[in-house]
Amino acid sequence: MSHASHLLESRRRFLLNSGMGLGAAAMSTLIAPQLSAMPSLHHAAKAKRVIFLFMAGAPSQVDLFDYKPELIKSFKQELPESVRGKQRVTAMTRGKSKMVAPTKFKFQPQGRSGLWMSELLPSLQKHADKLCLIKSMNTDAINHDPGKLSFCTGSEIPGKPSIGAWLSYGLGTLNRDLPDFIVMPSAYWGGKVNVQALYSRLWGSGFLPSKHQGTSFQATGDPVLFLSNPPGVNREIRGTMLESLKQLNRKHFNELGDPEIETTIAQQEMAFRMQASVPELVDLSQETKETLEMYGPEVNNPGSYARNCLLARRMAESNVRFIQLFHRGWDHHSNLPVHLQAQCKDVDQPTAALIQDLDQRGLLKDTLVVFAGEFGRTVYCQGKLTHEVYGRDHHPRCFTAMMVGGGIRGGTEYGKTDEFSYNVVENPVHVRDFHATILHLLGVNHEKLVFPYQGLDQKLTGVEKARVVHEIIA
Amino acid sequence: MIHQATSPGRILPDRNHILSLVMLLLLVWPTTNSLHGQEATKSVSFRQDIRPLLSDRCFSCHGPDESTREANLRLDDPDSAYEIAISPGSVDSSELWARIVSTDEDSVMPPPNAHKPSFTPEELAKIRQWIQQGANYETFWAFSPVRSPQLPAPQTLPDRWSKHPIDRLVAQSFKEKGLTPAAEADARTLARRVSLDVTGLPPTRKTLHWFLELEQTTGREVALEQLIDRLLDSPQYGEHIGRFWLDLVRFADTNGMHKDFYRNHFAYRDWVIRAYNEDLGFDKFATYQIAGDLLENPTQDQLTATAFHRLHLIIDRGTALPEESFHKNVVDRVTAFSTAFLGLTAHCAQCHDHKYDPISQKEFYSLYAFFNNIDAQPETVARPKNGLQAPFISLATPEQQQKLDEYTNTIKSLDQQLVQTKKARQEVDTLLKDATDEQKEKLQAQIAKHKQDESRLSQQKRSATNARSQFDRNVSYVMVMKERKQPRPTHVLIRGQYDSPGELVQRDTPAFLPSLNPSPEGATRLDLARWLTAPQNPLAGRVAVNRIWQQLFGVGLVKTAEDFGSQGSPPSHPELLEYLTMRFVDSGWKTKPLIKHILMSQTYRQSSLATQTAYAADPDNTQLTRGSRYRLDAEMIRDQILLTSDQLVNKLYGPSVKPPQPDGLWKAVTMIGERYQADVGDAIYRRSLYTYWKRGMPPPQMTILNAPARDACIARRERTNTPSQALLLLNEPEYLKAARALAEKVLQQPKDQRIVFAWETVTCQRPDADEQKVIRQLLTEMKTRYQASPELLKQFGDDTKATPQLAAWTLVINTLYNLDITKNRD
Repeated sequence: MSHASHLLESRRRFLLNSGMGLGAAAMSTLIAPQLSAMPSLHHAAKAKRVIFLFMAGAPSQVDLFDYKPELIKSFKQELPESVRGKQRVTAMTRGKSKMVAPTKFKFQPQGRSGLWMSELLPSLQKHADKLCLIKSMNTDAINHDPGKLSFCTGSEIPGKPSIGAWLSYGLGTLNRDLPDFIVMPSAYWGGKVNVQALYSRLWGSGFLPSKHQGTSFQATGDPVLFLSNPPGVNREIRGTMLESLKQLNRKHFNELGDPEIETTIAQQEMAFRMQASVPELVDLSQETKETLEMYGPEVNNPGSYARNCLLARRMAESNVRFIQLFHRGWDHHSNLPVHLQAQCKDVDQPTAALIQDLDQRGLLKDTLVVFAGEFGRTVYCQGKLTHEVYGRDHHPRCFTAMMVGGGIRGGTEYGKTDEFSYNVVENPVHVRDFHATILHLLGVNHEKLVFPYQGLDQKLTGVEKARVVHEIIA
Repeated sequence: MIHQATSPGRILPDRNHILSLVMLLLLVWPTTNSLHGQEATKSVSFRQDIRPLLSDRCFSCHGPDESTREANLRLDDPDSAYEIAISPGSVDSSELWARIVSTDEDSVMPPPNAHKPSFTPEELAKIRQWIQQGANYETFWAFSPVRSPQLPAPQTLPDRWSKHPIDRLVAQSFKEKGLTPAAEADARTLARRVSLDVTGLPPTRKTLHWFLELEQTTGREVALEQLIDRLLDSPQYGEHIGRFWLDLVRFADTNGMHKDFYRNHFAYRDWVIRAYNEDLGFDKFATYQIAGDLLENPTQDQLTATAFHRLHLIIDRGTALPEESFHKNVVDRVTAFSTAFLGLTAHCAQCHDHKYDPISQKEFYSLYAFFNNIDAQPETVARPKNGLQAPFISLATPEQQQKLDEYTNTIKSLDQQLVQTKKARQEVDTLLKDATDEQKEKLQAQIAKHKQDESRLSQQKRSATNARSQFDRNVSYVMVMKERKQPRPTHVLIRGQYDSPGELVQRDTPAFLPSLNPSPEGATRLDLARWLTAPQNPLAGRVAVNRIWQQLFGVGLVKTAEDFGSQGSPPSHPELLEYLTMRFVDSGWKTKPLIKHILMSQTYRQSSLATQTAYAADPDNTQLTRGSRYRLDAEMIRDQILLTSDQLVNKLYGPSVKPPQPDGLWKAVTMIGERYQADVGDAIYRRSLYTYWKRGMPPPQMTILNAPARDACIARRERTNTPSQALLLLNEPEYLKAARALAEKVLQQPKDQRIVFAWETVTCQRPDADEQKVIRQLLTEMKTRYQASPELLKQFGDDTKATPQLAAWTLVINTLYNLDITKNRD
């Protein structure tokens, strides 16, 4: 049997063995790749890659973006029934008084566009004309676990793929030596209270093949798990060993004809390449002094948000499709001003530097940068209330998300909340609309990026209708 | 070459691309058709061929869900279909046909905005034929009672294919389709396959040689049977088969939400292993889990089994709304019950009627009513001891209980001493006020002494308390099910919202399945368990048998092991599934005889190699014309390394263990400052099913190789082949240590037998001359390199054993552990 024909026949065997359970609905995909009739995108993409800066714990829109100058008049007054409505609140503030806590921070209009931003974000303010602030974000979840999960996977119930996994699955990879989807959690943060847990399901592949799951880069040790050769093995030894391994695997492929063996060989080669490419990626020695300074002093500390921002830029340069940072510590139920200030100190300068750095290198035009938490915070106070000291509870009914670059119209504000930053009064954007918009910018129609599972053509945006927010796209 | 890493996934093409695809297929259609000329004349089966198509493309608007039904047409119901869309026997007068072949965007079905693929030419041909043949509707196969099939007469195939009932059922289509089965696998391959499939471990060299010698004297049939019996009798069987169940019911060591507390719950895992090893019938296995607490005088095991209902994620009290948590827990329970036992996606009917299967939203809540009467708070306390939420029971042994009591008494007595000392000190304190200077000095000395005592006692109390909780971690507890006296009323929840109660419902099972036989005082979970395991229940047996088949062949007879509903795949061998299910139920739902029966068949024993013609005739092996070859599960890969390097500690049961893992993984996600503290000694060489499973960050050695996160019910794992997996198997430090351990054993062998010994230990095969040559060359090269770099050599340890030879052999074993044939089961 000739090598080639054997391979072609046993490709089918590979499909069976991969155990991906191909139902009738998936049959068409078996034929299509061979015909190459599939378009790679549904429409022209504005963005090639995404840097998703996830502020886990939910930063306060009231103190950062959603300026309500009149609130000061309502200080310590009960939030009017008419505003509050009958929706659920968390177990923490249920049945307690809900007194208005205006922000203690100053807001100023910024740039030519005049976006109002808080004094807590002095560096980001300078980029106001590049930013789009969506002030009418809303979600169904009222607690962190479901909130984060629905922001990252479109569903409050575990088991669904994350956005990065969907994109890896749908769009394939842009580079040969690095993963499609990289996750970098900060190892430390300024606000020390109530630091909510992360779960690897936030970057999981759910029911998609697990090769699409996010690869989490570690702050200490190997950036990618098991990247380093174990003690006693160096690169030359590994290289020689892999040569022999390949000879043996190749021999077995010739005997058994299972193309899965070819894949094993290819992946072992890729692993060897990653042992060189990943350390190169995280090696900052070639960065200029100016660049390092731009990200701030923390850039020198492994696991800092600042360093992860710089790494994100390097990954964007290397065409990693989806880069997700997690910065924890935003859950400010009490003493918010102190903790919020510390958190903003962590993220303000590095985020601004990332935008500027991408821009200078011509990458911002096709890199979408997203900055958001899982929900917002209440205008009413939780705990002690003075002009200087207050806390805020979870608030799913409105919050602000920021988008920059990647085809986004800069210097814009979208959606409106009422005078208490409590209810959306104009142009609501649900999390699923937000997801649909991200996919759209990448050239993907959210209705058509599907995977058959449990009898449904599953989508990132779920079964409810989702809307692309065309108004914010340049 | 196939580059998995670069292949794009499935994006539905735009409509015009589908059309061009259809056009292209129409052009090639006649050729394709002539290849399968025989099939075209065969009658089309509604169950096999038509229902899956209608379900996928049509049912979401023309199916069971009333709220989304269009044009009042139900294509799942013949009456409605005949009235509106189908004229049996005539495509020309069937509106359905006109619509599905229409080229007009406004009338074509499925409509463009449904984002469903159009029917392919093959599919159209089948529908056409089905209508022409009378559009006969049959009851959906999986919902019809199991029927014993007629066993085909022994075939005119080779002798070895003529007797076994499984072979007769599999081979019956061979002749008609012109298929030839593959040869039987060789003895070594077969021994390894059987051993891996039954125990999750490859055979040791000793067992392998025992089998090979036995085969020489008694022949294949007898030797194989003896091997299978031996494997089924070994306790490792229960550990392996039980692991699949643990995936299915999302068993883990932490609570999975918010602070993700440790959950002392290993008693359930122990029970599952024991239940499989004792081959408790599956009917009992199911009944104990569903309703063990409702049996008369339930045993400890029967109560332990009810932990099934408590394996869901649970949040600690503080932030979430208890009524929402309650609802989520109950939905999770219904989902687990229907996925594990019925193979149905019942949870799809949580917010609306099911789109594809005849489960109404109301019926979902009637099932929900069986599981919502738990006598428990929906959340754990803020800092739950052992991570447990009442009701739970202690399974402490008498010795453990005695030890616990001792600790308690010590702590109590220390407490009393503390109180006394404190009181004494306070008394001196009061004296101090009116004391003279001279007295003061004395009193202060007394106070200092008391303070010293207090601090010593507090210290002792702390360490006793710590010691107690340390000890307590190894004591077994288990959360159980318990009914409230007064049943909670159950409402349909409108749009699935926990705070929008609608119509009141009673406990019941879905109407399309046999009816429930409720107790006079009202339906109970025990009634539900009896309903499930009654012989007329069409799903329980089929679903269980299919999962066993999947575990032995890599793919089930029904590929979608988690979905036996309308959207699942129809069985590749319906009669075989019926036969096995009947046999299973008749045998008292015994798993061991079922496995043995399957393993003894020629179907199972085939080689995975096939001739070119055989491949062409059965390209995806749906007809089972050859053996299957697929990658081992994560646990099996690690266990194989431990076994072959002679490091495996084969201890059964007990609390989870922590083998080393890279630093910082927990730290990066935890909310409560947890750090992973690896165990030492025997604990790190236990089988992988005992590895500690933190839901927030499961062990990477497992998840990199496709183990699920254990936060949702998973009936089958997928298998990928990725660079992360290559990195893991090449570089995991423990795996390299194992390679060194085996290398040391190899060096104890006579020089000329070392390569064969090593190769055979790892792969169960003997290396041929070419393979030996590659290994020899590698050895020589490695030895030279390590001789030249003493610095590198030192990293293997500063003991005298760390010679260039040992280092070279370690790398050879590392090579063997990374062979594709090692990580695959063939």
